Amino acid sequence: MGSALALNPAVLALVAGMAVVTYATKAGGLWLVGRVDLSERAEAGLDVLPGAVVVAFVAPALANGGVPEWIAAAATVAVARRTGNLLLSLAVGVGTVLAVRGIV
Amino acid sequence: MAETDSSTERATTDRDSTDGAAAGSTPSSERGDVTFTLAGVREGFVTGLPVAVGVAGYGVVFGVLAGRAGLSVAEAGLMSATVLAGAAQLIAVELWADSVPAVTVVATVGIVNLRYLLLGAALRPWFRHLSPRAAYGSVFFTADENWALTIATLRAGSRQGAFLLGSGLVLWLLWIVATVVGVTAGDLVGDPAQYGLDFVVTALFLTLAAGLWEGRESLRPWLVAAGVALVTNAVLPGEWYVIVGALAGAGVRMVTHDG
Repeated sequence: MGSALALNPAVLALVAGMAVVTYATKAGGLWLVGRVDLSERAEAGLDVLPGAVVVAFVAPALANGGVPEWIAAAATVAVARRTGNLLLSLAVGVGTVLAVRGIV
Repeated sequence: MAETDSSTERATTDRDSTDGAAAGSTPSSERGDVTFTLAGVREGFVTGLPVAVGVAGYGVVFGVLAGRAGLSVAEAGLMSATVLAGAAQLIAVELWADSVPAVTVVATVGIVNLRYLLLGAALRPWFRHLSPRAAYGSVFFTADENWALTIATLRAGSRQGAFLLGSGLVLWLLWIVATVVGVTAGDLVGDPAQYGLDFVVTALFLTLAAGLWEGRESLRPWLVAAGVALVTNAVLPGEWYVIVGALAGAGVRMVTHDG
C-alpha cells in the first residue's frame, strides 16, 4: 500500500502545474469576455482548436497502426457518429480491434 | 460524457448566439434574478448524476493509463481532484509515460484546455449576476459534460446559478472514485494489448473527434492538423506533434477566414 500512497515530488509539481493551467483556462473565459474583443479571425481559430488537437493527437497513432486498428477506427467513428455514446464507441472500438487481430 | 457528447458540441457551436444574447439581444432583466442556492446545487447534482456515471467509465480508463504511466493511486487521485479535465489528463499521462518534460506536458495541457476559455465565456450572461466567489468557485467544476447540461438548463429559463456547481460536484466525486478504481484495477490487468486496451486512447479521441466534427468546414483544418502532426512526428522527438499539428490546423482556419 506504501506505493499506492506514494507522492513523488516531480509528479506533485506536474499535478500542481496542470491544476493551475486548467483553472486558468476555466476561469479565464469568464473573466476575459467583455474585457477583450476577440477578432472574428481569432475566434474562428479558437473554434477549430479542440478538433485540431484531437486530430493531431490521433493521426500518428493511426498511421503507425495496421489493418486491425484502421477497421476498428472506422467502427468507432461510425458508432460515435450514430449514437454519440462514448462508452459504446469505446467498447465497439476495442472489441473490433481484438476481433480483427484474432483473424489477421 | 456519453450521451451528451453531441449536445456539448451543439452547445459549443451555439456559442456565438449565446454571446450575442450577452451583447443585448435578450433583456438583461431576465437574467438579473439568477440565484445561487442550495436548491440549485441539489438540482444540478441530481440532473448531473447519469452523465457523471458515464464520465466515470472514462475515469476508469484514465486511471488505468495513469497507473501504466507510473503514477501511484494517490498521485492519480490527486490529479483528478485538482485538475478535473478528462482529455488533458489523458494526454498528460501519455506524454509523461514517454518521459516528456513536465513543462511541455503542462503547456500541452494548457493548449488542450483552451476550449474552456470558450465555455467560461458562454456562462458570462448568467454568471455576471453572481458574486465573484460563487462564479469563480463554480468554474473550477467546469467539464464539457456538466457545462453542456448547465447551458442547456439556463437557456431553457432556469435561474439556478448553482447548477454548474451541483452538476460539477457529482461529476468530480465520481471522477475521483473512478480514477482510483482504474489505477488499482490496472495493476491486475497485465498486458493491456491482450484486451485491446492499447486501442482505448485512440478510440477515445476518435469519439471526441466525431463529436467535434462540424462538417465541411472542419475538413481543411483537420487535414492540415493531421498532416502536420504526421510530419512533425517523423522529424521531432517526443510529442511535439500534438501542439504543432493543432496550431497548424487552427492557423489555417485563421488564415483562410474571410470575415
